[in-house]
Amino acid sequence: MTGSDFIQTGLPMALYVVFCVLAIVGALGVVILRNPVSAAFSLIVAFLNVACIFAMQGAFFISAVQVIVYAGAIMVLFIFVIMLLSFDRVELDFPTNKIFTPIPIFGGFLFFAGMSFILLKGKMGAHRGPFTQQAIETAGGNVRVISEIMFSDYVLPFLVMGMLLSICIVGAVLLAKKKVE
Amino acid sequence: MNQLDVPFLYPALITGAALFSIGLAGIALRRSLIAMLMCIELMLTGVNMTLVSFSYANADLTGQIMVFFIVTVAAAEGAIGLGLLIALYRNMKEVGTAQLSQMKE
Amino acid sequence: MMEQTSLLSWIILLPMIACVINGIGGAIPWKSTPRIPGTVSGILASAAVFGSFVISVMLYLKLTGGHESVATAFEQTLFPWIQVGDLSIPMAFRMDGLSGMLCLVVTGVGFLIHVYSIGYMSHDENPQRYFTYLNLFTASMLILILGASLPILFIGWEGVGLCSYLLIGFWFEDLEKAKAGKKAFVVNRIGDLGFLLGMFILFRDYHTLDFMQLKEAFASISPEVGFGALSAITMLLFVGATGKSAQIPLFVWLPDAMAGPTPVSALIHAATMVTAGVYMCCRLGFLYALTPFTSGVIAVVGMLTAIVSATIAIKQTDIKKVLAYSTTSQLGYMFVAVGVGAYSVAVFHLITHAFFKALMFLGSGSVIHACDGEQDMRKMGGLKDYMPITFWTFVCGTLAISGVPIFSGFFSKDEILWQAFSSQLGGIPLYLVGLVTAGLTATYMGRLVVLTFLGKNRSSKHVRDHLHESPPVMTVPLIILAVLATFGGFLSLPHIIGHSYLNHVLNGIVPESLGHGAASTEWLLMAVSVAVASSCLYLSYVLFLDKADEKETPLTKFLYNSYYLNEFYDKTIVWPLNRFGIFLWKIVDVVIIDGAVLLSARISGGAGRALKVLHTGRLEHYLAAFMVGTMILVAIFVSRVF
Repeated sequence: MTGSDFIQTGLPMALYVVFCVLAIVGALGVVILRNPVSAAFSLIVAFLNVACIFAMQGAFFISAVQVIVYAGAIMVLFIFVIMLLSFDRVELDFPTNKIFTPIPIFGGFLFFAGMSFILLKGKMGAHRGPFTQQAIETAGGNVRVISEIMFSDYVLPFLVMGMLLSICIVGAVLLAKKKVE
Repeated sequence: MNQLDVPFLYPALITGAALFSIGLAGIALRRSLIAMLMCIELMLTGVNMTLVSFSYANADLTGQIMVFFIVTVAAAEGAIGLGLLIALYRNMKEVGTAQLSQMKE
Repeated sequence: MMEQTSLLSWIILLPMIACVINGIGGAIPWKSTPRIPGTVSGILASAAVFGSFVISVMLYLKLTGGHESVATAFEQTLFPWIQVGDLSIPMAFRMDGLSGMLCLVVTGVGFLIHVYSIGYMSHDENPQRYFTYLNLFTASMLILILGASLPILFIGWEGVGLCSYLLIGFWFEDLEKAKAGKKAFVVNRIGDLGFLLGMFILFRDYHTLDFMQLKEAFASISPEVGFGALSAITMLLFVGATGKSAQIPLFVWLPDAMAGPTPVSALIHAATMVTAGVYMCCRLGFLYALTPFTSGVIAVVGMLTAIVSATIAIKQTDIKKVLAYSTTSQLGYMFVAVGVGAYSVAVFHLITHAFFKALMFLGSGSVIHACDGEQDMRKMGGLKDYMPITFWTFVCGTLAISGVPIFSGFFSKDEILWQAFSSQLGGIPLYLVGLVTAGLTATYMGRLVVLTFLGKNRSSKHVRDHLHESPPVMTVPLIILAVLATFGGFLSLPHIIGHSYLNHVLNGIVPESLGHGAASTEWLLMAVSVAVASSCLYLSYVLFLDKADEKETPLTKFLYNSYYLNEFYDKTIVWPLNRFGIFLWKIVDVVIIDGAVLLSARISGGAGRALKVLHTGRLEHYLAAFMVGTMILVAIFVSRVF
């Protein structure tokens, strides 16, 4: 499939909004649901919807990465740990002191309002680069273009990421290891 | 289409902002550490959404590359966080913020 | 004509150095080093004063050239002390005829008293401290006399006040004596306030406080009519004099001051400190001559003091108290002289009074010493046979103060009465009151001599067995003073009889006396005063011989308690001030000020406790705090950018 365009009317639009709503619902689920497993699953739902939105915006590579890495690896890891340590059996409440509850809610809401305000006010499309959907399609698709850029302009960060992951593996193993007698 | 009607990116942007804010609120609200880690992932996802939307709007792929790196880092950080969690769990039976109030004095 | 000399300051420095040596070596209780023995410190002190006396004599003779004309003064400026804008007060001393004369008196009589003290204080446990204070006093008095400007005089003024306190309260372990010292100092201080205010106004109007410069400034000013700035200045300065010289209303400290050792009473309260007020008035005579209002006030106050003190003295039973009130009375005479414009006569009486009063105080000290500390005259009597030298010298003093001819007091007191009568500032009422006071003086002094020395002895057996004449170290000064008291009058003979040496010495320094009149009037007044004096002396002999027990009527009690003036002051001034002080302490200091300080402490504590709530140690609360902070920053940023 060639790069799809973003059609302004009709089914794609409706789908787009649905995906957004579901993402938000999933996010809310994380915060509201008490059981950690339920929260994890809710988060997975959010991630999948976000991946769909990415795909609709033409960022196929990123969408795939989101599903594979985020939903597929990270969340699996989360559930691993939850199950491993039997957190699902532990009942954890919201803050005991109910007075403190409104503060984060209110704060979050304020932040949302502020951020939306800024984002929607901005002059988008002012710096237009060369990578329009048209150009990407002619160049061979999203993945190809990204890989070309990645291994030429951004190869150094790429390698650093590699190092980072190696270090992280070592660190994680060390941390979780049982003390050797 | 070469002409992009930018206002139609608004839902994505709002969603991004919403995800971030919800994650922010969630960190302060939840008492379980795992839930806090999940909210951190949520926040990162919100930022990713914003980046991709702008990359689409500006016809520049830099945003998507940034997202790639962010995802990598998020994965690494999640792994480490969970490792820490496990280590903590070994020392105290419960891992909730109430047990971690040693910063009180 | 001023002549610079560096000898002048040595007059003051010698006693000062001796004071320091005595103080460090004797008064301060070092544990390990032995102290200077009492006699040695006494000899050192006396030697220092004698040195000052010698220098004073040298300078004085140079001043007068051996002849009777005075044309120069000696001056020495040590260093420029205060230089602030208009105000320039160098540490300068000046000796002219007036201060030279008084220097001789202070150092001479002071030396005799120092020698006497060696004997009197020989049984005391800490005579070194005594001599330290005595030397300090002498130095301060000399600063006062030799000061070239009012502030320097004031330094000496304060210094003698301080030493008065130290010496009156010398035996401070006894609370009454300590209180007497405190009373003296406080009452003096009240006078000093007036003095300071007078100085301030004087400086504000004339921009100088040096005596020579003031004299020139006032040379061309005509006398003031009524009450003006000059009168204000002189009145305020006179308030200072009433404090220092124990006039009404500030004389209440002098009788209490008898709590100190007797030589102290002799030196300070008879011969020197109390005369500081008179000296100041004479020094500023050119100023007082321009203000008839103040002169009138001074004369009236002096006369009132004289007669009131005389009435109180008649009914006293303590030998020293009689002499104390007598001092106040005689000082009143001196101020009468100042008030009627006869400044040189005031100085003359000052000198003769120094002689005979010091003599009598030292004599009473001899008596007290012999009676083993007894001071009540009702328990004495007939001491003439046990202590002849003391008796005869004391009689010389009594005759002098009563105004019997040839003796010094006769000439000086008579001159005062004549001036009071004939000066245009005086008048017949003033003279008559003065005459009555003279009679009273003779009476109470006669009473003192009769009760103490004549008749039958009323002491206890224990005391009688130990009655003895004092050692020579005490009697020799008595004899010398007796000679001075007898023949000192020839310093200034009234012009109908002879020549006044003193008037020549003081010529040009103090204004001329104003008294004038026919010679026959003067002879008449002289005869009257002689008659009054002798008859009163005889009367006292008749009335008081062996009459130790006197009836106590309300009048006697009133006089004995000095018109209940102390109680009056206590109720009207001391008690309210005391209550005010307690109020300030208990309420203003403890409640308000301490409360305010504690309040700030409590506020800090309370704020801390309030803010402690935020320190939960809980992660989610800290995160919430992060959030809040971040949001504020974002809000600021947003509002700035948009």
